[in-house]
Amino acid sequence: MKGLTHRVIESMSQYFACIFVPDFPVEALLRAEPELRSRSLAVLEGKAPLQKVFAVNENARRAGVSQGMTKLQIEACSGLVLRARSLPQEAAAHAVLLDCTQSFSPRVEAVGCDTIVLDLAGLQPLFGPLPKIARALARRASDLGLESNVSVAGNPETATLAARGFSGVTVIPEGKEAEQLGSLPVEVLFENSTQESAHLLETFSRWGIRKLRDLAALPDVALSERLGQDGILLQALARGATSRTLVPVEPPLIFEEVVELEYPLVLLEPLAFLLGRLLEQLCARLEARALATQELRLSLELENGWQPEDPSANNGETGVPARPSRAQARQSFQRTLRLPVPLLDPKTFLKLLQLDLKAHPPGAPIVKIRLAAEPVRPRAAQNGLFLPPAPEPEKLELTLARIASIVGEDKVGSLELLDTHRPQGFRMQRFAPSEPFSPQRHPSTALRAGSGTEKNSSHFSVQKNSSVSPCLRGECDLVTALRIFRPPVDIAVAIQDGKLAHITCPRNKAMQGEILWAAGPWRSSGDWWEKEGWARDEWDIAVQGESDIALYRLVRDRLGGRWFLEGTYD
Amino acid sequence: MSSVPLVSTAAVGRFVGVAGTLVFERLSAIPKLAGVTPASRLEVRPTPLMVSSGVREVDALTGGLPRGCLTEICGPASSGRTSVLLAALAAATQRQEVCALVDISDAFNPHSAAAAGVNFERLLWVRCGGNKQKVRSPQRHRAIEKTEKNENARRQIEKPVEQALQVTDLLLRSGGFGLVIIDLGNTPVKMARRIPLASWFRFQRAVEHTATVLFVISQAPCAQTCASLLLKVSGKSLSAVSSQLSAETPPAHAQLLHGLQVQGELLRSRLERKPAGSVTTTFTTKVG
Repeated sequence: MKGLTHRVIESMSQYFACIFVPDFPVEALLRAEPELRSRSLAVLEGKAPLQKVFAVNENARRAGVSQGMTKLQIEACSGLVLRARSLPQEAAAHAVLLDCTQSFSPRVEAVGCDTIVLDLAGLQPLFGPLPKIARALARRASDLGLESNVSVAGNPETATLAARGFSGVTVIPEGKEAEQLGSLPVEVLFENSTQESAHLLETFSRWGIRKLRDLAALPDVALSERLGQDGILLQALARGATSRTLVPVEPPLIFEEVVELEYPLVLLEPLAFLLGRLLEQLCARLEARALATQELRLSLELENGWQPEDPSANNGETGVPARPSRAQARQSFQRTLRLPVPLLDPKTFLKLLQLDLKAHPPGAPIVKIRLAAEPVRPRAAQNGLFLPPAPEPEKLELTLARIASIVGEDKVGSLELLDTHRPQGFRMQRFAPSEPFSPQRHPSTALRAGSGTEKNSSHFSVQKNSSVSPCLRGECDLVTALRIFRPPVDIAVAIQDGKLAHITCPRNKAMQGEILWAAGPWRSSGDWWEKEGWARDEWDIAVQGESDIALYRLVRDRLGGRWFLEGTYD
Repeated sequence: MSSVPLVSTAAVGRFVGVAGTLVFERLSAIPKLAGVTPASRLEVRPTPLMVSSGVREVDALTGGLPRGCLTEICGPASSGRTSVLLAALAAATQRQEVCALVDISDAFNPHSAAAAGVNFERLLWVRCGGNKQKVRSPQRHRAIEKTEKNENARRQIEKPVEQALQVTDLLLRSGGFGLVIIDLGNTPVKMARRIPLASWFRFQRAVEHTATVLFVISQAPCAQTCASLLLKVSGKSLSAVSSQLSAETPPAHAQLLHGLQVQGELLRSRLERKPAGSVTTTFTTKVG
């Protein structure tokens, strides 16, 4: 009964969680290079030679490196890895934090780039008790590549202070805020080191106030007389007694990952390694928001040092590079991967990008990689039991890309007939079979073998009156097919008494002989108003070959006067 | 006087059964033969599902096209192979199945296919022999230019076949295709027979236990024992041609090609107990 009462009270009271990433600039870089997590790492800011340490990780801090040291001072430290601060990577890490919190609650507030507060109202029936939610939040952030502190408290400020002060997961029950926060140093109250905060810290230091409990125990009136409203506010924070309304943000659905390389990449293999990592991060972010992608944009900045162009400028087909602007014409490299269905498989994406880059190499060393995904709703397909087999979209895309790398991009796909009488009036297009629409499975599509011809024929006869199309019943007209010679076979034609008598083919001796029978000519022409006009006479001829009679389509180009065999009837 | 058997037939049967069991037990006791299953106890391979080939006469002759098997149709030029191919494609695409055509000689005619009723949305057309050679440095290019010149003709034929084998492998491994067609119709017999038997075995194993029909058309049988169904087609008579050839006075005006009369002969079928022997059927095509 007591437990139930507690649960009811817990569910009725409002709780907030705060996720805080310590050493945020370092963590943003570690997302791209997780192998550096076990080493000492310092992030530098500024122009050479005046670079100063902007952030360090715990290992570097233990080695004596601290914020504000110059590069010259820390170069003596052995085993210290130095990296330049990357604002795009920090922006991506902030977006990751937002994605992580948004996957739990729609009401999130970005307190800082490294701190996010979210409202936990109504989450307990979904995710369980508060400690479980906090642990799940920390785990998801860790999965997304950010090690963080998570705290849960009754108000946003207390949650923020606890996340900044305590490492790991902290849950502060209602009414115990002052007690829990008391052990934290007063420095935790000041997020940024400004002149005012330094002055207040100095004052507290002179008063002998080191912990928040010391500040909370000061008399209100006396504190107000000395520090004014700022002092009262700081005391309320130290007591965990503040209350404010959350200011939710609606983070834009931008999924983009950037890596700035220390050294230019020349080979595709290490590039694929980095792309794989970026794709995993992107897919994890998309998954956290229950989204998938149908378009990937890869932008590579090459060694010459100019900025990549606007990704939105790309309006080409899949794998076709965008037309670069005149200023960046020779230096920008961009590829767009468009998929027929929404996918969320980093391995598939990586293989597709690899095949695409193999076919279209960048042509210069790469210094910066930017990968963006266009978010769409994931595919929700319920396959029917009686639907005909169809390739899985992921596998089909990979297979098509691999086939294109073997035979060429323009040699694989489905075809579309053009509205013209011109011979070979068709074009290749991307192969994207639609979902089968007929859920009915007719017995004619599956017959049991070994039952004999008679039974089979009766089986077919049964379905004559059904709604199955004639071709499925084997009743459609069997069309005499024409096999096209690509390119056409040039021949010499002998004419006797105004009739076709003999054809001679220097290229292929099997295609020559006496013309036994000819039907035609069938005259056609078109596009005469254009440069590519055409006019031709066609005959269907039967030629006595070495062993058998063969039927050909003979064509005379009336514009060029050339004779050729267009194909054979088969 | 009738002789009375000393032992009844039933008793003999029981004895043989008991003896057989004992023999199996003895054999399985031998360590080397522990994992070996006697041939008499092997599982019977399930009969494959059959689908319509789109030609009623062929369906009546063969029972249709077996799923999970390799079907080969061979015949010379103008024998009607491609007409059967288009009929099978039309039937499969109308069943809403996804089909693939590996076109080695790039001979597929879309207009004929459209006339046959093929749904292009569900047909993947792979035109082999298209990818250009990798660009070499000028020095290296000059050094090997002479050698290449001699081999160019051979490569022109071999390269599409190699590509087709790779592509077919990818398609079959990808899975989900209802019909995969390899068109070796224009490939010389000599070259088609150079395709290693291992490739056909690999294809056969890849489609086994799947719903895919692997369909090969060629000039002469090349898949050998891997083909579960082998049909030979030949132009019985060129229906329009022969009648007009036999006429004493040729027509004075333009003539029409009405179609081909095709004779199909079942050369091999693994689905029947006995070899098919000389079972034939005849059908006629129409100009679309």
